[in-house]
Amino acid sequence: MAKITSLNVNGKKLSVDVDSTVSLLSVLRNDLDLTGSKYGCGEGQCGACTVLIDGVATRSCITQVGRAAGKQITTIDGLDKDGKLTPLQEAFIKADAMQCAYCTSGMLMSASALLNKNPKPNRDEIVTAMNGNICRCGTYQRIIEAIESVSAA
Amino acid sequence: MIDEQELIDEIEPERYELFEAPHYKFAFDRRDFIKAFGLGIVFVVPVTRAIAQQRQGESGRGGSNERLPNDIGAWIHIDEDGGVTAFTGKVEVGQNTRTTLTQSVADELHVPITSVRLVMGDTDLVPFDMGTFGSRSTPTMAPQLRKAAAAAREMLIAIAAEQLKVAPADLRIIDARFVNHDKSKTLTLAEVAKGRRLVKVIPDDIAITQPKDWTIAGASITKVDAAKFVTGKHQYPTDIKREGMLYGKVVRPAAYNATLLSSDTKAAEAMPNVKVVTDGNFIGVVAPDQQTATKAANVIAVDWKSPAQPSNAELFELLRKPATSARGSGEGGGGGSQPQGSIADGLAAADKKLEQTYTVAYIAHAPLEPRAAVAEWNGDRLTVWTGTQRPFGVRGDLAEAFHIPEDKIRVIVPDTGSGYGGKHTGECAVEAARLAKAAGKPVKLVWTREEEFTWAYFRPAGAIDIKSGVKNDGTITAWEFHNYNSGPAGIQIKYDIPNNDIRFHQSNSPLRQGSYRGLAATANHFAREVHIDELAREVKIDPLEFRLKNTKDQRLRDVLQAAAKQFGWGKANPSVNHGFGISCGFEKASYIATCAEIAIETASAKEDPKNKRVRIVRVVEAFDCGAVVNPLQLRNQIEGAITQAIGGALFESIQFENGRVLNPKFSSYRVPRFADLPLIEVVLVDRKDIPSAGAGETPIVGLAPAVANAIFNASGTRLRSLPLAPKGFAI
Ligand code: FES
Ligand code: FES
Repeated sequence: MAKITSLNVNGKKLSVDVDSTVSLLSVLRNDLDLTGSKYGCGEGQCGACTVLIDGVATRSCITQVGRAAGKQITTIDGLDKDGKLTPLQEAFIKADAMQCAYCTSGMLMSASALLNKNPKPNRDEIVTAMNGNICRCGTYQRIIEAIESVSAA
Repeated sequence: MIDEQELIDEIEPERYELFEAPHYKFAFDRRDFIKAFGLGIVFVVPVTRAIAQQRQGESGRGGSNERLPNDIGAWIHIDEDGGVTAFTGKVEVGQNTRTTLTQSVADELHVPITSVRLVMGDTDLVPFDMGTFGSRSTPTMAPQLRKAAAAAREMLIAIAAEQLKVAPADLRIIDARFVNHDKSKTLTLAEVAKGRRLVKVIPDDIAITQPKDWTIAGASITKVDAAKFVTGKHQYPTDIKREGMLYGKVVRPAAYNATLLSSDTKAAEAMPNVKVVTDGNFIGVVAPDQQTATKAANVIAVDWKSPAQPSNAELFELLRKPATSARGSGEGGGGGSQPQGSIADGLAAADKKLEQTYTVAYIAHAPLEPRAAVAEWNGDRLTVWTGTQRPFGVRGDLAEAFHIPEDKIRVIVPDTGSGYGGKHTGECAVEAARLAKAAGKPVKLVWTREEEFTWAYFRPAGAIDIKSGVKNDGTITAWEFHNYNSGPAGIQIKYDIPNNDIRFHQSNSPLRQGSYRGLAATANHFAREVHIDELAREVKIDPLEFRLKNTKDQRLRDVLQAAAKQFGWGKANPSVNHGFGISCGFEKASYIATCAEIAIETASAKEDPKNKRVRIVRVVEAFDCGAVVNPLQLRNQIEGAITQAIGGALFESIQFENGRVLNPKFSSYRVPRFADLPLIEVVLVDRKDIPSAGAGETPIVGLAPAVANAIFNASGTRLRSLPLAPKGFAI
């Protein structure tokens, strides 16, 4: 089985030693201790594990690590720049767009990808882009508000 | 008000929230506190009636020779740097209690919210607590912590006054500083706590600040440690990692109630670094990584024998048969009242009679963070990090499973990825501890989504029969109500019906069932409020007017009118294929009224073209839970409850057959998503004159009946089963 020995995560080249078929989520969480990305379903249905691969929102639970090798991977752990929160992270806090917050990292990654592509999405575009992310606590309304507040700014 | 509180206390604990108290109790000792906290001052609050009630069945903690109170509800420590730490056995599972309790302590102590830290759910550090459920944190824990803080404030002022040589009456605490009248003398909290080694017991009769005088409480404050969550830094139970930790996997039976006939573990044992653990019906593996553990579990050949078991098709017939083995309290289950008047007389006096049946399905909590635990043994001492709403209960489960005393066990509950009543039990903790014991190393066990759907427990399914009578002028004359299996919560009426007979009957549930946000209040409100709508239509009276006509309860009338006003009830007719519905209710000392607008739309290309689809367009909910501690968090809870309720109302339902769950995945068990979200408007009725009730649960009960009534309004089709329209519905 092919081995993967390094990954570009959050702007850093990190050494790993894993089979290429292992899920990216597992490598991030268990091998690299980047636990910001969460497990929620393992079948690409909930979005808790969302990371950016070359800027595209990707479900890391169903992505083999081999497919991410050589690409730029961004996780929630590297979203803020030197401890400075992004406007989107600030907006989530301000809108209180979380309860247990277990979905929050996936929400932030999906929303970041959306805003990178489309800085001024309308409500329908937000709903379409975010529909793959589940919040069981039901904070959708506040998440939409948070995204809208950033896109309006 | 007093009467209502009494009623609540009587109804609780609900049978699905009855759990045994732990078997062991340990004495507190002043020395323990000093050892645990070092220097500074500790304020200890004895348990009052409200908490004692929660702990019924306990014999109390004895053995303290330093005469600390036998039972302690909360404590607060002021450290040498002036930091305030409050300790509580409650846990944070997304209800944002950490924020609201911190607010209450800061408010009472007159310190900024940032100087208060809350230690929650760590059995070595916090006072015993039954668990975080039943919306009890706000009504019982907040006053306990407030008492500690109020007494702390007064005692600190006395100490500071001595230090400053002024009269205590001359000192106030402003922003964590002691200040005299002309500000000529000041001291910080740190200066007062420095070098001290004090444990103070707080008098139980200390007065706490009334809601009208709150400064920090009552304000909208965002999640206290939100920055940790938006950066992914918070460590949930699933994120805990320990030195040398291995990963576990349990081999699950093929069906419920299966017994192990034989197993062949050779292939797994042959895998490098894999250890197989068998113990009775339990088979599990540990490996250095998750993939290997999963592979090893999969190569274990197991032969299970399971009995034939029922499916959805027979469910309601089954639930109507009386229970053969009683679990929990008896018939009436705390929710039954004495029948009043005579149903026969009431029906005789009626112009119209109605008899209908309503059903609710089993649904799953599906917390986004599945059950997880990391267990670590140090000699005969066990530490477990896990997500549970009952840290002390899980400690008890572990003590029982491993035959060790509870003082050898520490359960730590990091703020957890939600629960909704679904994380009361400790099975994952016990499994992880069993694996860790065999491995001699710390072991992490995270349930898969499929395991979470299958091996946790469900919200009870239920069947409800209602027989009623109404006069043409809209007076309800008879109300006979039978709930089979789903539970007695929220079964009582706030309508003035002279002849009523309300009962809850236990059944043998074919699936494992337990607490769920709001318990049976959702089922009972659904049946009652749909039936009320049916009665209103029978006598051609507007459903809002009909409700107002039949209740004199002022708080219920107030929320009904508040919701109706915001919604514009009676002002306009719904547009074509749209419908309006209303419902109201009372549960756990709070009142709720909900108005919903729905639209019936054509099914999408993927769906059955005969079927129509229901979209919830707009929801207005008015809520009164007494004095509001944090309007922002309260709104958030209400919006969340409404959103979560969409699932149970429209499409969530566990499908099962022969001891297996047929839809144990998010791809086959649909939960509410962004696209399902209606416009939600919340109206808070802030009652500063009434003690705060919890609000994590009741806001969930109003949506389903309001939506069902709106569907009838739009289509003339009366739907009486939850979920209402899992695949759309045929007109
Ligand atoms: S864990 Fe990846 S989508 Fe759910
Ligand atoms: S905040 Fe709990 S799942 Fe979204």
